[in-house]
Order: sequence, then C-alpha cells, then structure tokens
Amino acid sequence: MRRLTWFNTTSLTLGFAFLYLPMVILVIYSFNSSKLVTVWAGFSTKWYGELMRNEAFLDAAWVTIKVAVLSSTFATVLGTLAAYVLVRAGRFWGRTLFSGMIYAPLVMPEVITGLSLLLLFIGIGLDRGVMTIVLAHTTFSMCYVSVVVSSRLATFDMSLEEAALDLGSTPFEAFRLVTLPIIAPAVISGWLLAFTLSLDDLVIASFTSGPSATTLPIKIFSAVRLGVSPEINALSTIMIAIVTIGVISASLISKRAAVRQRLEEQQAVRS
Amino acid sequence: MRRFVLIAIPYFWLLALFLVPFAIVFKISLSDIALSIPPYLPQLDLAKGWEGFTKFLGALDFENFKFLMMDDLYYKAYLSSLKIAAISTFLTLLIGYPIAYAMTRASEEWRPTLLMLVILPFWTSFLIRVYAWIGILGQEGFLNQTLMFLGLTSEPLIILNTPIAVYIGIVYTYLPFMILPIYSTLEKLDDSLLEAAEDLGCSRIKAFWLVTFPLSRGGIIAGCFLVFIPTLGEFVIPSLLGGSNTLMIGKVLWDEFFSNRDWPLASAVAVILLLILIIPIILFQRNEQKQRESEG
Repeated sequence: MRRLTWFNTTSLTLGFAFLYLPMVILVIYSFNSSKLVTVWAGFSTKWYGELMRNEAFLDAAWVTIKVAVLSSTFATVLGTLAAYVLVRAGRFWGRTLFSGMIYAPLVMPEVITGLSLLLLFIGIGLDRGVMTIVLAHTTFSMCYVSVVVSSRLATFDMSLEEAALDLGSTPFEAFRLVTLPIIAPAVISGWLLAFTLSLDDLVIASFTSGPSATTLPIKIFSAVRLGVSPEINALSTIMIAIVTIGVISASLISKRAAVRQRLEEQQAVRS
Repeated sequence: MRRFVLIAIPYFWLLALFLVPFAIVFKISLSDIALSIPPYLPQLDLAKGWEGFTKFLGALDFENFKFLMMDDLYYKAYLSSLKIAAISTFLTLLIGYPIAYAMTRASEEWRPTLLMLVILPFWTSFLIRVYAWIGILGQEGFLNQTLMFLGLTSEPLIILNTPIAVYIGIVYTYLPFMILPIYSTLEKLDDSLLEAAEDLGCSRIKAFWLVTFPLSRGGIIAGCFLVFIPTLGEFVIPSLLGGSNTLMIGKVLWDEFFSNRDWPLASAVAVILLLILIIPIILFQRNEQKQRESEG
C-alpha cells in the first residue's frame, strides 16, 4: 500500500539537499588554499595546520570539553532522577509546577535563561568561570535528559520491578539491577544529547562565563562576526566529522544490541 | 522519606536554578541603572524586612517598563520578532510537512536511515549551521556565483544582512524540530483508514485532506510551537545573518546587556518577552500532555 509518488521523492530529495548542501559546501571550502573563501584556488590542508597552532582555539576547546563532560554527567543523573519522579512518584505537592519546570526550559529562549542565571550567580556572589557554566548547562540539559528517559520509563513494564521486590531485593537494588539496564539506552542517549547541547551552546555560556573561561562557541562567534574565515571552516569540518562518526557509530551499536537482545529472547523462549 | 529525597533533589535544583533566577530578573527589572558593580540600584532591600518592602512598594515606578513603552525601538522589536517568528514557523511547516509525509511513505528498511538523516543536523553545532549560510548568501557567496554563472542574474542579489537571510536561517536550523513530531504522528497513522476513505470514493488528495491531515494535527501543533517559541527570542541567527536591518528582541536584549550595560532595562525586556511567551508555552505543554495521554 505504501509507495512513494513523484511528489514524495521530490520533497525528500529537495529537503535533504537543503539540509545537507550548506554543510557540504562548508566542508569543501575548508580545503581551499585561498584566504578568500569565495574563490577556489586549489586543494590545501593548510588551514587545519593553522588551527592546530592556534593556542586560543585549543584552550577554548579544552574548556568546552571539560564543561560538556561535567555538565552532561550531572544532567544525566539529575535528569534520570527527574524522569523517575515524573513517571513513578504519583501525585505530590507541586507536581504541575515540577513538570512545568521540566518542559519550559526546552523552549525557553536562551537569552532569558542566560540572563536570569547570570543575575542569580551575581546575586549570590559566585565568581563566573567554568563552574558557573557547568551549573547553567546542567540545568537546561537535565530537562532534555528527563524527557528522553521518561518516554522510555513510560513504556516500561512495571511488573519486572515488582517481581524483583517480591523476590527480596531492596528498591535501590531493583532499580540498579532491573530498571537501569532496561532504560540504559535512553540514559546513554540522554547523556549524548546533554553533551552536544553543552558543546553547542553560545548564548547561555556567554552570559554565565567569566573572562577566565572562554568556550569554543564564544570564540567561534567572535571570529565569525568579522565574516567568513577558512580557519573556522576547518574547525567546523572537524566538528561535523566528529559528530557524524559519533552518531552513526552510536546508532550501529544500539542496532546491534537490539538484534542481540532479540536473539537472546528467542533462545530463552525455545529452551 | 526516601520518596521525599528522590523528589526533592531535582525539584530544588530546578527551583533554585530555574525559577528563582526569574524572580531575580523580575526584581532587577524594577530597579534603576547605576554606575557601579553590579550596575543597578537595588530597590527591594530584603534585609530591612517589612519596612524595606513597604519602601519598595512606595518607590515602585515601573520606570524601565514605561521606557519600553515610550521608546518605539522596543515596541517595534517585539512586533518584528513576532512577525518573523510567525512567518518562519509557517514556512518551516510548509517545507517540513511534505518531507515528514514522504518519510512515512518510504519503505520500512529506509525509514530509520531517513530519520537519522533528519536528526544528524540537530547534533551538529547550531552556530556552525548558521555560519555556513554566511558563505552561501554573501554578495560574492556561493549562491550568487552559481546564479551569475547560470546567467540567471547579472548583478549579485543582496540577501545577507536582510530579513530574507534570517528566514532562510531559521527554516534551515529549525526544520528537524518540525519534521520529527509530524513524522511521529504520521507514522502511527493506521493505513486502513486511508484505504477505507479511498474505497468509499475519496480521491487520494481528498483522502489526505480529510483523513491524514486532521489526524496529524497533534504533531503539527507540537512542531509549530517548537519552532515558534525559541525563534521569538532568537539571537544567533539575526545577529549573524540579519545585519542591522533586522530587528529582533533577542538581539536587543543582548545589546542592552552587553553593549549598553543597562541590566535593569535588559531584565525588563526579558520580563515582557516572558509574558508574551507564557501563553504559547502553556498551550505547548497542554498539547504534549494530550499527546502522551492518547499514546498511553
């Protein structure tokens, strides 16, 4: 019954061309030997060399990775907890407020979140630096994590956990040995999501960082404001390559895990 | 007791780092600018207790808000943001719907790959994706070079630093947010409904308008909110692609804060933006809840 009409094929082709052509052009021009980004002057990898020698970029990259690892880890713990509360804790005082605070940051304009967090940090006298960016990123990433994890928890078979409790495990053991392994794929993708959100963020980091901590997006933004630069093209290409490899390998691994699980289940049924 | 701790940890985290900061923004929006660090005069002095509070109420003049009303820069920036957000949401829907629809028509083996192709740009840096368009839309950019090479125009089109570039940038970066919710509602659609409509004499196009489109409403609404709400306060796209001709409130807030260092006014801008956003955010959450209930 389902088949592609010419209209469907055209919209897919044009749609994906629109999504991918700009990035393809960006990647191609990162290998351009001319400083003028609009003129093609032959293949060269010299901008990658320049980039590797640019201390300021390397420092910023290091700060960015540090912030992303810390904030995504905190966000995963807090977000999973929040998802558990949202799906399992039933009714409690202020539940509507709680779910509101989970969903609102997903759509809140970053300028508002950034401004409000900065005013908080100044209000309580916290010095701005890596720590404040980590706090800010943890807060908005945990909401994304909890949305991802709670959608997995909602389809989770409660009787498995009840069986573990009946068989004498403590609630924490039941969570660690039964629930966590089952929701693990969602928790991992939540962590990855939080990690990339933190890597990407310009606006909130600009508000909450101090002079001691410049992240890569802040650095890129100030360079890009002056126009197109081949070094930024090279940097973008590296970032696009890392993300592409990461996402594709993650999806291959999860696909393989799903196949293995299915085989094991079939075997269990047979024996 | 354990249940209380479980609830309390994420709850208090969000209260302290999401809700309280808004209260501070609101408080500072009522204070006056000053040449000090931090650059504002606090109006509400909680250390003085009740007396401080009554004094605060007495001195309350909503000066910053009055200024926002008087100066038509702000009023125009809000209107222009609303207009840009509404038009680009509509454009994103127009482009995103056929893509989401075609994805559900593709064969089972292809669908995961197509889905990944939609999600992949979402994982790559937002800033880089916006930046890519600077090189394309500029006067000597890729687009103008191609158009001139093909002989379609003799003079380069001026697109960069105009609202058109902002529309392109928004549609481009927010397209996955529109495609994904629409795709997920369309995918769950029961094919036999369409077959029944066609058996009962509907043409394919009529069956689409009478069956498929109304049943994908949840996804359309979710997609539109996911594009509209963040676009309204968008900063990166107008500042990189829009130039000085495009007025958007996110950029006004940024400049007010970082260039003019007028924190109270920046806070007042944020408070009004938040008031504008409250209704769409509540509607969005209602829609999400309804979707989840219909699934469960």
